Amino acid sequence: MITALALTGLTLVRGERVLFRNLDLTAAAGEAVALTGANGAGKTSLLRAVAGFIRPEAGTVAFLDADGDAIDPPEARAHGLHLLGHLDGLKTARTARDELMFQSQWLGHSHKGIAEAIEGLGLAPLLDLEVRKLSAGQRRRLALARLIGSPRSLWLLDEPLSPLDARWRAVVGEMMARHLHGGGLIMAAVHDPLPIPTRALDLGAGR
Amino acid sequence: MSPLRTALTVLFRRELSLAWGGGGGPLLACGFFACLTVLVPLAAGGDPAGLKPVASAIGWVALALASMLSLERLFERDLDDGALDLLATGPLPLEAVFAVKAVSQWLATGLPLALTAPVAALTLGLSPDLLPLTALAAAIGGLGFAFTGALGAALALGARRGGLLIAIVVLPLFIPPVVFGAGALERAANGMDPIPALALLTAYALFALSLGPFAGAAAIRNAQS
Repeated sequence: MITALALTGLTLVRGERVLFRNLDLTAAAGEAVALTGANGAGKTSLLRAVAGFIRPEAGTVAFLDADGDAIDPPEARAHGLHLLGHLDGLKTARTARDELMFQSQWLGHSHKGIAEAIEGLGLAPLLDLEVRKLSAGQRRRLALARLIGSPRSLWLLDEPLSPLDARWRAVVGEMMARHLHGGGLIMAAVHDPLPIPTRALDLGAGR
Repeated sequence: MSPLRTALTVLFRRELSLAWGGGGGPLLACGFFACLTVLVPLAAGGDPAGLKPVASAIGWVALALASMLSLERLFERDLDDGALDLLATGPLPLEAVFAVKAVSQWLATGLPLALTAPVAALTLGLSPDLLPLTALAAAIGGLGFAFTGALGAALALGARRGGLLIAIVVLPLFIPPVVFGAGALERAANGMDPIPALALLTAYALFALSLGPFAGAAAIRNAQS
């Protein structure tokens, strides 16, 4: 289980453009980091670099377990983290139930977690609908369900709350607070502040 | 069940349902295959004797073309809707994800095409004795088509007009199975033993099966970065 995340001297380059240089950050269990910055500042790229999809130009991403030992990044990716971007990976032609079950089971589910997700995110009336029939907010709730359905400690979220209304923002905020309380970590790219205490990391102006 | 087994099972079920369900899948490929093989005798002017020497060759070319139809969807859709990120953060390595997708492609397209192949062979004027061999060769060749085809689809990820690119990448790689497959039928039609050609066809399928996942996974990682 990932209990700490350490970025040291991270430099990300996309094409010819340097997004940021020498970024240092450590986050421990129970902490949430809110990434802010203008469009194009590199918030999404940073999340993808932490998840191992983008190779940094310089610097390292390290995951630590409870004993302070480093976890192999492929291992962390396969078992320890969730990446939820603005693309939610839901197949429009399948039912919400099929997709919820697939996403949770694929990532390593717990039966209790899936039931909790359905209950907490109010998904029960949506389960038999095709994903294409869901509204943007309903889709987002369905995508967020995998965070609860398969327990993993590091959540990498890209604008997790954007299509949700005030009520569900509060619910998801409580979800996040519970996750942090249970020893989880959250790193989220946001424009609006999250409804939980966060540490801010500003990536600057972008272009 | 262990988490790995569960992951493998749910992925396989999802891939099969997407391959069978999404946009006609096997029906489309089989229809295309049948249309092509009906067109050729019509174009040749209704002289079955003239067609006979090239019947197995035409059949295999049509089979290769029909096998390519649904390749574009194989990874492109998952890349576009973010599902490929989800698949890459699962417990199975991308190589295994690739293999599961290619096997599902074979089950959903290759095997139905192999069942259509005897019908196509009849329209092309092949002797009825050869029909079981036709289906068997098409099934083995289809496995090779599925893995090399999936590799082509992975290489074309993110490219504009990916479908066209897949065809250009994949068709040259389809030459060996077409040669061996048509060769097996040709030998059997001339009273010779088709086993050597079938063995070569199987060797090609196994080669694609063992190398495809590694090359394909590398191509997917590249597309995701």
